[in-house]
Amino acid sequence: MHIKTMAEYAASGETPEVLFWVGCAGSFDQRAQKITKALATILEKVGIQFAILGKEESCTGDPARRAGNEFIFQMMAQNNIQLLNMYGVKKIVTACPHCFNTLKNEYPALGGNYEVIHHTTFLQSLIDEGKIKMQEDGTFKGKKITYHDSCYLGRANNIYEAPRKVLETLDAELVEMKRCRSKGLCCGAGGAQMFKEEEKGSNRINFERGKEAVDTGASVIASNCPFCMTMLTDGVKEVGKEETVKVLDIAELIASSMK
Amino acid sequence: MQIVQELLFVILFGLAVYLFTKKARQIRRNILLGQDKDLSDYPDRRWKNVLLLAFGQKKMFRNPLVAILHFFVYAGFLIINLEILEIILDGILGTHRLFVPVLGSLYPILIGLFEVLAVLVTLGCAIFLIRRNILKLKRFISKDLDGWPRSDANYILITEIALMLLFLTMDTADQTMQLRGSPHYITTGNFWISGMLTPIFSGMSDANLLMLERSCWWLHIVGVLSFLNYLPYSKHLHIILAFPNAYYATLEPVGEMENMPAVQHEVQLMLQPDLAANAPVSDVVPKFGAKDVMDLTWKNLLDAYSCTECGRCSAACPANITGKVLSPRKIMMDTRDRLEEVGRNIQANGTFTDDNKTLLRNYITEEELRACTTCNACVQECPVSISPLDIIVQLRRHLVMEESSAPTEWTGMFSNIENNMAPWKFSMDDRDKWAAEMNG
Repeated sequence: MHIKTMAEYAASGETPEVLFWVGCAGSFDQRAQKITKALATILEKVGIQFAILGKEESCTGDPARRAGNEFIFQMMAQNNIQLLNMYGVKKIVTACPHCFNTLKNEYPALGGNYEVIHHTTFLQSLIDEGKIKMQEDGTFKGKKITYHDSCYLGRANNIYEAPRKVLETLDAELVEMKRCRSKGLCCGAGGAQMFKEEEKGSNRINFERGKEAVDTGASVIASNCPFCMTMLTDGVKEVGKEETVKVLDIAELIASSMK
Repeated sequence: MQIVQELLFVILFGLAVYLFTKKARQIRRNILLGQDKDLSDYPDRRWKNVLLLAFGQKKMFRNPLVAILHFFVYAGFLIINLEILEIILDGILGTHRLFVPVLGSLYPILIGLFEVLAVLVTLGCAIFLIRRNILKLKRFISKDLDGWPRSDANYILITEIALMLLFLTMDTADQTMQLRGSPHYITTGNFWISGMLTPIFSGMSDANLLMLERSCWWLHIVGVLSFLNYLPYSKHLHIILAFPNAYYATLEPVGEMENMPAVQHEVQLMLQPDLAANAPVSDVVPKFGAKDVMDLTWKNLLDAYSCTECGRCSAACPANITGKVLSPRKIMMDTRDRLEEVGRNIQANGTFTDDNKTLLRNYITEEELRACTTCNACVQECPVSISPLDIIVQLRRHLVMEESSAPTEWTGMFSNIENNMAPWKFSMDDRDKWAAEMNG
């Protein structure tokens, strides 16, 4: 397998179908790298011509903007847009809902107009087109799975059904938490909280959410965001269920169950 | 005697309208203290929001049972107010039930319908009082509401019940007098509710009944006019402002944060120095973010006046649920309180005179602002299209860009992004290490 960069495509005068925007978590966080690899494997398997920006990719600026530092956001955004426009990027898929939201909703005002797709939506369309076929007796068949709506995919962008439809192909038993869809409870990472200690309170947000997810009796918590992944994994540890309850990204679930 | 009553009524009515208009103009002035923001695009989509969110109360139906009760109170209160038109005309002209000859047999049906609604409003308000004071729902016993806000809520419910009971008593007395063939009481036909209640008053003399009916009539209309003037001082103002607030609600995905063109421009000049050479030099130093209410947009300030302190936002807020000091409802209440204070300042001094206070710190603390995860749950829940998040983010922008006030971890995160293009301290060269591992 050879994952090509935009620079390599450009050098050979080709354009890939889609740019895979990896994001900082997907690039550097060890746990999130597995999500990145799972998605790359899927794209490779179904024969999608994709590229990454590689070393040229920068943070979208999301955490800086939400913390209040518009200067850093603008620096990142303008550099990224210049790069994306230079490569003539039309279509972007990303496994991070924060990158997704920023690229899709906030870059157009700065001159960056692309078709931006979150990987769960992309996977759903690949399944609908019959490009992804699932194993008859997949690993997760009959297992209880609960799905955690990330804020930036759900409320921020109204995407609730695509990830659930993807999960349905696993032939698993989907159980919902009480706070789901537009009422979904945050994992506690958004708004740059990921990068600082939580303010003092009676509980941690990820413990609250982790417990709620574990209480469904599911053996898998499906997530769609590398930050939710970190938060929920810690939440599950807090209730001592890390042996029996796994937090897995939807891309990982599909990668391990597709033909 | 009649002319004295008419005169008294006209004076009362005129005074009520004058005082309400005066206060309404002050509120309008206060809202316009906010920064400009053009929200006049897509009128069709905006009117649709008014229909769905304000008239249809779409968001209320996230909890259907409460939504139905609220709808009764809202529709009832609104529709019954059509009857106020007749009452006002009767008051000015010294007539009694002016619309009977005009509407004929339709009249008792309309009044009957109003009476049914009046019963539903009474029931709804009674249940709401129970939820607040006996069942003590979490969002109603929160310390956000300590003091005046909690009383305000109860006064509103009690007043609405009182007004409905006065209306029903008045009609019952009227129906009883009609049955007795009293010449002053024009025959209207049977009213659905009060028509059944007439036996209650069968033992009363004509004189007492007349007194009762007139007292109820006066108390009811004086109550309505007083309530009108209570609105601008109360959270109940939402019955008016929910409509414009739905019209001006954001049409963008709520995940999108407002761009800052001033910063965009500065960074542009920084990244493309050749542009900077020809750029016009401006001696106005732009302010970034918001420190006080005047720095917020007029929509934020309209939001503050539209808030009815229901607390659905705070009940859904992950920070609030886990015991942090942040409460989106308090953000809105603080904004309104500070804006009212600024308004009084202008009232007293002609223009705003520095009072050494600001929304940030005197009302909203840094700890509150730093607890927000920007999850949009508060925005999602608000039935009247308020965004507490928009205010939080603008205050954060002020803290970081004007005061360089950020938790040390954030300062580190900023410099990591600036130097390594990632919020963590990793080498840029390692960004595609995962790919190298796959490429083998």
